[in-house]
Amino acid sequence: MDMRIDEAEVRKVAKLSRLDLTDQEIAAFTGQLGAILDYVNKMNQLDTKDVEPLAHCLAITNCLREDIVRPSLGVDAALANAPDRDEDFFKVPKILDDNSGA
Amino acid sequence: MARSDMQVEVIVGLEIHVQLCTASKLFCGCAVESGQPANSLVCPVCLGMPGVLPVMNKKAVEYAALTGLALNCQIASFTKWDRKSYYYPDLPKNYQVSQYDLPLAHHGFIEIPLPSGQTKRIRIRRVHLEEDAGKNLHATGNFSQVDLNRTGTPLMEIVTEPDMNNATEVKALAMELQRIVRYIGASEADMQKGQMRFEPNVNLAITRHGQVFKSPIAEVKNLNSFRALEKSVDFEAQRQLEEFLATGLTLQTGNKTTRGWDDAHEVTVLQREKEEAHDYRYFPEPDLVPVRVDEAWLDRIKAGICELPLQRQLRFVREYGLNDYDAGVLTLERSTADFFDDAVKAGGQPKRICNLLTQVGLKIANERGCRFVDLGIKSRDVAALAEMIDRGQVNASAGARILAEMVATGRDPQTLSGQLNLLQKSDASELEALVDQVLEACPQALDEIRSGGKKGPKARSYLVGQVMQRTQGQANPAVVSEIMARRLGI
Amino acid sequence: MPNPLLDMGCLDLREAIGQHQITSVQAAQAVFDEMDQWEPVLGAYLSTFAQQALERAEQMDRRMASGDRLGPLAGVPVAVKDNMCTAFGTTTCGSKILANFHAPYNAAVIDRLLAADAVIVGKTNMDEFAMGSSTENSGLGRTINPWDVTRVPGGSSGGSAAAVAARLCFAALGSDTGGSIRQPASFCGIVGLKPTYGRVSRYGLVAYGSSLDQIGPMARSVADCALMLNVIAGHDPRDSTSVDEKTAPVGDCLKDLDKPVAGLRIGIVPQATEGADRPVRDAVTEAVEVYRKSGATVVEVDMPHLDYAIAAYYVIATAEASSNLARYDGVHYGHRTANPRDYVEVYTKSRAEGFGQEVKRRIMLGTYALSSGYYDAYYLKALKVRNLIRRDFANAFERCDCILMPVAPTTAFKLGEKSTDPLQMYLADVYTISANLAGIPAISIPAGCDGHGLPIGLQVLCPAFAEQRLLRIARMFESKTDWHTRKPAWGSHGTK
Repeated sequence: MDMRIDEAEVRKVAKLSRLDLTDQEIAAFTGQLGAILDYVNKMNQLDTKDVEPLAHCLAITNCLREDIVRPSLGVDAALANAPDRDEDFFKVPKILDDNSGA
Repeated sequence: MARSDMQVEVIVGLEIHVQLCTASKLFCGCAVESGQPANSLVCPVCLGMPGVLPVMNKKAVEYAALTGLALNCQIASFTKWDRKSYYYPDLPKNYQVSQYDLPLAHHGFIEIPLPSGQTKRIRIRRVHLEEDAGKNLHATGNFSQVDLNRTGTPLMEIVTEPDMNNATEVKALAMELQRIVRYIGASEADMQKGQMRFEPNVNLAITRHGQVFKSPIAEVKNLNSFRALEKSVDFEAQRQLEEFLATGLTLQTGNKTTRGWDDAHEVTVLQREKEEAHDYRYFPEPDLVPVRVDEAWLDRIKAGICELPLQRQLRFVREYGLNDYDAGVLTLERSTADFFDDAVKAGGQPKRICNLLTQVGLKIANERGCRFVDLGIKSRDVAALAEMIDRGQVNASAGARILAEMVATGRDPQTLSGQLNLLQKSDASELEALVDQVLEACPQALDEIRSGGKKGPKARSYLVGQVMQRTQGQANPAVVSEIMARRLGI
Repeated sequence: MPNPLLDMGCLDLREAIGQHQITSVQAAQAVFDEMDQWEPVLGAYLSTFAQQALERAEQMDRRMASGDRLGPLAGVPVAVKDNMCTAFGTTTCGSKILANFHAPYNAAVIDRLLAADAVIVGKTNMDEFAMGSSTENSGLGRTINPWDVTRVPGGSSGGSAAAVAARLCFAALGSDTGGSIRQPASFCGIVGLKPTYGRVSRYGLVAYGSSLDQIGPMARSVADCALMLNVIAGHDPRDSTSVDEKTAPVGDCLKDLDKPVAGLRIGIVPQATEGADRPVRDAVTEAVEVYRKSGATVVEVDMPHLDYAIAAYYVIATAEASSNLARYDGVHYGHRTANPRDYVEVYTKSRAEGFGQEVKRRIMLGTYALSSGYYDAYYLKALKVRNLIRRDFANAFERCDCILMPVAPTTAFKLGEKSTDPLQMYLADVYTISANLAGIPAISIPAGCDGHGLPIGLQVLCPAFAEQRLLRIARMFESKTDWHTRKPAWGSHGTK
């Protein structure tokens, strides 16, 4: 697989990451990410066909809590760091395409 | 859909989201409650603040497993959570914790009752546990408001196979699912409150000149009632047929669309298409450890499962001889069905008790907007009342009145029937005198009977009715009828 | 004149306070006086709490006077890396995007420090969101190395390391995802411990690489680190990845600390040391000799997958980071751009303005590694390599009780020297990264210095949950050498 990343790909990734990058940044990142991915590709030298992926270091399972209600923060504490507030709500510019789950 | 050169099959799969009725949220101790002031039920965890971590609610896992069992699924012995990434203001972490490749339950089925009296089996692909998002509100003006109270509420996602073929089946599935989750106590499943949300995936299989064409799948959102669900399926089926005939467009990977239901105009509307398909970038949630459901735990959960609604409905028909409709009414609410079973156990005749409940008790409850059991009457009292009717101590209409009084006063039927003077008169001698009075007073009716003509039976009923009137409805109509028959020599 | 009080260790200070020889206020005041003089140059702190700390110290003294029993850190001034949430002051993670963020809660470790009666004097500078190895990636300040003002203190816990080394606190907490406690400890000539994953609660630690992050102590002696670990370690029901008491009891890390480990078997990985600078290799070789003279045997162990650790780490850590940092979106807290045209610009511009280059780079890398079509080749592959590395350690530990290695290939480099080539910076994590991938504990202890007088750290690694043994092994070396007693020629203490 050709692992070389190009500018178009970098723009796509920037969009997925919700980062507004300048053209210079895109160009710089394309080079840097390319070099890093090149390096990362050395993992392909290893045959891992029969190896299980290790997502968690610890073999803990079943960490569960009882269904008990605890006090909430309270609206003022919850909104204390909000950049913009409308009474008891967080305020954002109007969301026009309401398709939750987008 | 009839066109001579075409056969059209409607294919529908359903994706259902069910809010679980745990006391607290999925990952934190904030209460799960609707209708509270905005952002009053949030904490650093469900706000997705820097540094917070989720801890899984045991009850939510159990409710989901219980639902899986009720849907005849296999419960995964090893299950885990995954992050589903997307950006939206009602999703503070900008990822949703859900389950991707190892859902809690899978490969089950649900039997749905059809109007014909038969049932149809719909396969369940999977049941998994995830967190709900908050709400964006679009006030007037050029801004939107975000309320995160609902963020982190435990949600079950149930996905069926595309086994339904018309709107009736879809509605039947939806209603049965609602009945089931309510029965097992996993959810209140009130559609209006958004506790149960349906998204049908609809497409058509069109056979024309021996070739089968499939139209692209449309997913419909924003349905708030069973009526809307039904209508949207019908609308989509029609729309897709027209679109296919016009464009010939068929199902391909990636051409699934999302459409919103417009209830006011009763149409689906294409939602703005994204430039690229969603890339949710699922990966294992590092902050949550996997869950192993062992035999012992599963047995404990299984022990908690009650007789499911459809089974109970069929049992009522089979064991108690009720008809389908009545059995359906009695099993709509688990508490009502439990009450009915208790009353029968206490010695009442099933059909009699059924009538008391369906004709009187449930009506009162509906008027009051509450459940039947909330009326506060005891099952043994209803059983006793049924017996009194059977033995002829009171007649059926008196029985209805007594039941209503039981609700109003809380007194038992024996006391009430005495107080209200509703005990049936069955004493033959008293009634004979009354029958004679009536026969004398109604010569015309007498003639009609004696003549043996068509008006005879009606005249007879009239005469019995007259006796009933003179006894304020307390005469035992069977006894009256029998006396009258003797007097008339028929 | 340097205040000799500042050279005391935590244990000694606590003892002295307990004996009424020194007051908490004296200790705190000494720290703040030193800060007044040297913080402007050192830049170790992003925020300090002089008033509150002195009030708290006064409180300690009053309680002490009335005979109250106080905690194991009573009156001891400590610093905390600014990625640990405090309900007082700000928690910035060294980032513009959180420059004014006031957390509404304390991290678990903060509560534990407070319960132990410690006096928290300030939040220390760091590479932004813990991404970096020099603290040069901080968006809010610059920290220099007290051993040489033209050099970096290391990272990402550079502020904590510098503060401890420069005597601007008695101990500090740092966090370590790929070496961020151990490497700055090495560069600044102090002791830094990364505990086993799951040993210390992560609740309140702003996440970078969730399956790799751990909080740990940084101090001027092994004993002080043991004391700090006693205070911060333990199960926390708010952290699902926090190990329970039954599985791994914490025990008392101070108990038997001075008792050498009999029959100690030291593992060394010959091919690993090849890439390090000469002085670093020599320091490690000499350290092995010190152990040998104490009766330890030395075995060569093979870790065939160590070479792939950096590749695996930079996929896993950045993938997790890309997700963990998605929440910094200008909507609910943090920096929001001034005039967004729509809600999407709230995201894209706030993040572009608030994040520095290294953070953006890692977010991009991580997003790419998880994206459709690349998940198997990168993320899944990296998780498998991770398993191989864990197995390497498991195999090695069958033949030895600990592994000795360098901490970093070099000593502290010059400011600006490495910041142009990100890959070069990443490759320097070669020795520290594998302990995070495997989740095992590791410590850096002062073990030498180079021709410029810059400190060199020795790394000791042990199996999971063997912190007590790890600390004893480290103490064995410390008791036979005096590297840890050296002070930077700096500030009140010297001529620079």
